[in-house]
Amino acid sequence: MGLDTRRVETGVDVSPSSSESWVTTRLDFLVNWGRANSLWPMPFGTACCAIEFMATAASKFDLARFGMERMSFSPRQADVLICAGRVPFKLAPVIRRIWQQMPQPKWCISMGACASSGGMFDNYAVVQGIDTIIPVDVYVPGCPPRPEGLMYGIMMLQEKVKKERMADKSLRNEMEPDPQSQLYIPPSLIDEVSEPFGNAVHQTRSGL
Amino acid sequence: MSDTFLPVVAGHAEDGRVAPPSTPRNVPYQNGAPNPSAEALRAQFADAVQRVDVVWGETTVFVDRARVLEIVRWLHDDPTQQYDYLSDVTAVEYRDLDRPIEVVWHLRSLPHRRFLRLKTLLPKGQPLAVPSVWDVYKGADWLERECYDMFGIRFEGHPDLRRLLMWEQYKEGYPLRKDFPLRGRFSRSEQLRQILAQNPEAKYSMEELTVLEAFDELSLEQRNRLRSGEKVGE
Repeated sequence: MGLDTRRVETGVDVSPSSSESWVTTRLDFLVNWGRANSLWPMPFGTACCAIEFMATAASKFDLARFGMERMSFSPRQADVLICAGRVPFKLAPVIRRIWQQMPQPKWCISMGACASSGGMFDNYAVVQGIDTIIPVDVYVPGCPPRPEGLMYGIMMLQEKVKKERMADKSLRNEMEPDPQSQLYIPPSLIDEVSEPFGNAVHQTRSGL
Repeated sequence: MSDTFLPVVAGHAEDGRVAPPSTPRNVPYQNGAPNPSAEALRAQFADAVQRVDVVWGETTVFVDRARVLEIVRWLHDDPTQQYDYLSDVTAVEYRDLDRPIEVVWHLRSLPHRRFLRLKTLLPKGQPLAVPSVWDVYKGADWLERECYDMFGIRFEGHPDLRRLLMWEQYKEGYPLRKDFPLRGRFSRSEQLRQILAQNPEAKYSMEELTVLEAFDELSLEQRNRLRSGEKVGE
C-alpha cells in the first residue's frame, strides 16, 4: 500500500539524559502507545466523504489495522470525531453538542474540503470550516479524500497522540465558549477565515 | 396476497385508448398536442383559465390565483381526470424583476397516464399568498412548507406553515429569492452566533417525546426537572 514503515519517532524523550523522570516518560510512552493504537472514532458523516470513510473502514483498506474498527456511535465512548462531509448551519449546534459530549482525551479529524473550509459551498447554508465551531487536530484535504488520504490523516493523528505528554495540562484544557457569543474563537477571526480561500490561507499548521 | 388487492396499472382508466409508454420522439418545441385535461379545464372553469402552453409536449395551464384550490380539487375528484398524485409544489422567480413569481403544481393522473402543470402568477408588490392544496393532497404539507421556507409564499389554509429546511428562528429572509445574497445577509460570525445559540433538541415537543403520557411513571427527580420548565432530557 506504499505506507511508510519506518520507525515512527515518538515525541517523548526517553533517553537517559532526559530531564524528566524515567517513570513519567515511560508511562507517557506506554499510555500514548495505547491511546494511539486504539482510537475509537465517532463517525459524523454528512456527505460523500462518508462514503469514502465507509470504504476506509471496509475490508480492502481495513481501518481495523489502526485499532479503529470499533465505530463509536455514542459520542460518550468515542476518542476521535471524524467529521466527513459538509456541515450546514442547522447541524452546527449538533456537532458542537457531540463534541462536548465526548470525554477527554479527544481529537478531531476534519475530513474533506467541505468540513475543513466549506469547500465549494460558499453559501448561506454551510459552515465555512468546522474549526469555527470545534477545535480540529488533522485536516484531510480532498473532495472527497481517497481512503489512503484519510489513513494518512489518521497516522498523522497517531503521531500527534504519541508526542503528547501528561505533564502538559494544556492539551486537556477544554475551551469554554464565550456565553455571549457562543463561539470558541473571536467573531473577527471567523469572518476572516470565512472569506473565499480564507481558511486555506489561515489554517493552522501542525508541527508535523 | 388477499383477493381484494388490485394492482394499480397506470392508464387503466383509459381502456387501452392511451398508447403504452414509449420514449417520445420528434416532440415539437411548441404547439404539440395538449393534455386533454386542458380543454376540460377550459370548459369547466372558463373564467379561471388564463392561458394554456404546450412546451416540449408538456401542458402548462395558467389559472387564476383565487381558484387554485377549487380547480385542483376538481382535477382530483372528477372521474374523467383523477389526478391522484401531486408530484411537486414549487415556485419560480425570474431575474427580470417585473415578471411575476410563478407558483407551480405538478399533477399526475395515474389512471389516465397524464401529466399536467398548473401555474399561477403572483405579481411583485402584492402579498405572496396562494391557497393551500393540503385539503386535497396531504402530501402537499412539506412541499408547501419548503416553498414557504425558500420563497416566502404563504399557503393559506396550510395547517402548519413553518420553515422546513432552515431553522424556525432563521432571520435572514427567503434564500431562493433573487434579492437574497448568496452568502446570506449576516456576517459569518453572526450566522454562527445565532445558530449556536439554538438548542439542538428544542424542536422536539413534549408530545413527540411522549413524556407527558408517561409522566406518572417518571421518577421524582425527572418530574421536578420537567416542572421547572426543562425542555430537554440530558
